Amino acid sequence: MSETDHSPRTSTLDTVAVASGDPERDQPWADLGLKVDEYARIREILGRRPTSSELAMYSVMWSEHCSYKSSKVHLKQFSEIPQETPVGKMLAGIGENAGVIDIGQGYAVTFKVESHNHPSYVEPYQGAATGVGGIVRDILAMGARPVAVMDPLRFGPLDAPDTHRVLPGIVAGVGGYGNMLGLPNIGGEAVFDETYLGNPLVNALCVGVLRHEDLHLAKASGVGNQVILYGARTGGDGIGGVSVLASETFDADGPAKRPSVQVGDPFMEKLLIECTLEIFAAGLVAGIQDLGGAGLSCATSELASAGDGGMHVELDRVPLRDSTLAPEEILMSESQERMMAVVEPGDVDAFMAICAKWDVEAVVVGEVTDTGRLHIDWHGQRVVDVPPRSVAHDGPTYQRPFARPSWQDALQADGADSLARPTTGDELRDTLLRLVASPNLCDKAWITDQYDRYVRGNTVLSQPHDSGMVRVDDETNLGVSVATDCNGRFAKLDPYAGAQLALAESYRNVATGGARPLAISDCLNFGSPEDPDVMWQFAEACRGLKDACVELGIPVTGGNVSLYNQTGETAILPTPVVAVLGVIDDVTRRTPTGFVAEAERVFLLGETRDELSGSEWAHVVHSHLGGLPPTVDLAAERALAELLADASRDSVVTSAHDLSDGGLAQALAESTFRHGIGVSVSVADVAGGDAFVALFSESVARALVTVADDDADRLVELAHRHGVPLTPIGRTGGEVISVEGSFEVGVAEAKTAWSATLPAALG
Amino acid sequence: MKVGVVTFPGSLDDVDARRAVTFGGHEAVALWHGDHDLQGVDAVVLPGGFSYGDYLRCGAISRFSPVMTEVIEAAGRGMPVLGICNGFQILCESHLLPGALIRNDHRKFNCVDQRLRIENTSTPWTSAYEQGAEVTIVLKNGEGGFVASEDVLDQLEGEGRVVARYLGDNPNGSLRDIAGISNERGNVVGLMPHPEHAVEDLCGPGTDGLGFFTSLAAVAFA
Repeated sequence: MSETDHSPRTSTLDTVAVASGDPERDQPWADLGLKVDEYARIREILGRRPTSSELAMYSVMWSEHCSYKSSKVHLKQFSEIPQETPVGKMLAGIGENAGVIDIGQGYAVTFKVESHNHPSYVEPYQGAATGVGGIVRDILAMGARPVAVMDPLRFGPLDAPDTHRVLPGIVAGVGGYGNMLGLPNIGGEAVFDETYLGNPLVNALCVGVLRHEDLHLAKASGVGNQVILYGARTGGDGIGGVSVLASETFDADGPAKRPSVQVGDPFMEKLLIECTLEIFAAGLVAGIQDLGGAGLSCATSELASAGDGGMHVELDRVPLRDSTLAPEEILMSESQERMMAVVEPGDVDAFMAICAKWDVEAVVVGEVTDTGRLHIDWHGQRVVDVPPRSVAHDGPTYQRPFARPSWQDALQADGADSLARPTTGDELRDTLLRLVASPNLCDKAWITDQYDRYVRGNTVLSQPHDSGMVRVDDETNLGVSVATDCNGRFAKLDPYAGAQLALAESYRNVATGGARPLAISDCLNFGSPEDPDVMWQFAEACRGLKDACVELGIPVTGGNVSLYNQTGETAILPTPVVAVLGVIDDVTRRTPTGFVAEAERVFLLGETRDELSGSEWAHVVHSHLGGLPPTVDLAAERALAELLADASRDSVVTSAHDLSDGGLAQALAESTFRHGIGVSVSVADVAGGDAFVALFSESVARALVTVADDDADRLVELAHRHGVPLTPIGRTGGEVISVEGSFEVGVAEAKTAWSATLPAALG
Repeated sequence: MKVGVVTFPGSLDDVDARRAVTFGGHEAVALWHGDHDLQGVDAVVLPGGFSYGDYLRCGAISRFSPVMTEVIEAAGRGMPVLGICNGFQILCESHLLPGALIRNDHRKFNCVDQRLRIENTSTPWTSAYEQGAEVTIVLKNGEGGFVASEDVLDQLEGEGRVVARYLGDNPNGSLRDIAGISNERGNVVGLMPHPEHAVEDLCGPGTDGLGFFTSLAAVAFA
């Protein structure tokens, strides 16, 4: 192995023949993250020991990240939800790269949210950048043009030194990659909590649009069809990243098993997108798969097992960035910006011509066979001979033990009722100013201004609106809307309710803009599945999501699970991020967030209860987390969403803002900041006249809306028809936020406090 | 008029620029960087994006694209050419415009609704504006700081070739708040902000950018 020439390392090549002749050789299965019984199972499947190449493939594909071995028994229930949206049957569901839903007018939409948490802690810029790149390729592989991205992010405390290392890098990475792809970033979240210190969350969402007839599925069918690898060359980056990085927690005892994070080239990805869309348009693809986690191991085994069951690959044809790579490394490499297509022999020349036009390298590396086996050769010698399903789908399934944590009852018993509450007008005023300036509620422009939200010219709503919305069709004004949400504190207090609350908020945010929610994707970020407490949180969250989806009549189209998010014994707050996608027939009727005119009437929709446990107020003012989260009321959410969508369709309301973190006070403040239009309200009829509860409770199924005087009756009628409680609370206008009989605060003063926080902390 | 919009590898706002050209009342023609062919267009827009990944230096590789031979030649004959953002960078690299664009002084990519003052309305791209008009147009870039020698800056000012200037806080460290300039003849304009993102109320901060695309008609029919 001391040679520096480029000859293949045949002297050490572990072929199928060698493996059969040398059955008892010691293999580093444990170092690759496999358990003893998993290694035994591989030997049983193959009837011999695996070659080192086969071992590499099984180890990455059977890792937690790729096989969902701890989570799949719980995820299974999502398939029990009717696979139908309010518009119609799903065109592709869970199990594909991303689910595809009908949005009418012959259009379909695919969207998915994924995590790239651990790489982003190790190398914030590249970890976040390649997270964006990976999800975009997932969407592209369905035949869709990616049209927007969104990034839910979680960081440690804003004042922690490591946050100042991690956050700027992650934000620059999300922007650096997404901006160069020409994809508008239309929203997302940035949440700070001490449990994310040392384990930030970088979730990335992409939305793509396609015509029904353009749907492409990942399968290799048609014996004799050619298998083409195209895009970037394969290098040594990210080798083992999946099995090791995504499955090991960050213990203090060092980085021994921490290999390089993948490095992204967004320019290549942009070429790959345009090239692939042109290939789709020319009808040259029989099957397609992106290369993400587990690289070629994943693409070849998944394509083969979803198609006619066999594939033959000549691995030495793979274009390399580093010619010294061994076959095992090529199979495990997670080099970015690569795709694999299955193409009929007669279409290969046309396929290659399009790749050449876009300066994208493309090579035929194999063909579809009817052998039922995945055969991979290295310079004519067989190094892999496996049933592809056994690699791609027959990974281990764990029934991890789970149990309600011993501390859960005590946590829930420790409600926010005992905390000292502000009572005087001055105290309430100070509380409002303190909350709007707190890290979770403050202006996120420092982050979002680093993202291009305008490119493609179809962005109708983006940050700081409640949801992102893009136009799909210039002629008909059909559009789609997306929001992502999750309050991890609520999920800690009650993971079943917390997951439902995440869904409810996201659902409400989509409706607030005027769209009708159709489907969800989720990114389930949790601690170690080997901890029964964490596993209980996970199981409860899945159960909560499933029940809520059934009740709301919307399916889960796919998603992602990220486990082992913890440092030492400390798990992150359970963070089931839920993305809801909605459709709007006419984007010109979208409802903006924020007051748009003076002297309009302001109404509060929904019911306000004394629900302060887990609230931002308890967190910011008392550093307290305990009690029960706000009561979930999905029927009320649905009624509110229908009202808001109707109000958009009928142009009844001029603005709408959902009530969530920080309650009515935050919604009022943010609504005034948008155009500098103040508001005067009375909360005498809210929460029994308790100004503190009225302003800061985080009861759900609520929204703040404004209407012109002439339209007030129509709003009242709509609310009545949908059974949504409605309270007139005041009027827009002036330069202050005024709460009758309590306090006044200047819009400019509050906005200054709101917008100063991130720049002051991050420069 | 027929207005060509060039797509380089890594161009991003080409679709937007074509839409804006259409909104301006013209026929948009997609031009490919690899063709020595302007397809008989009357004007050319070099759109924003990250052509060739901005590798080496923004615009440094695109400047050698086959189509640029034709663009440079046509610009010399007086054809109106507008370079937006990355297009501005390409025009500087092509020496159709003086100066250079360097990394923002705060070193971050920045996407904001930017106020500008239109300072020169005699170009074919700005004739629809009133002198001194204050407009709001999207600014989004990582390398938007305009720099040139003092002599060049004085010359640009003296000859009225500063087309647009930033208002309010300088967003990227551009010398003398310069957002856009023209060549001596006035037909070639480079602009860091993106007027193509401000052509309809629905998507972007209003319609203040539309003038860059309607100006052509005013010139044509003048």
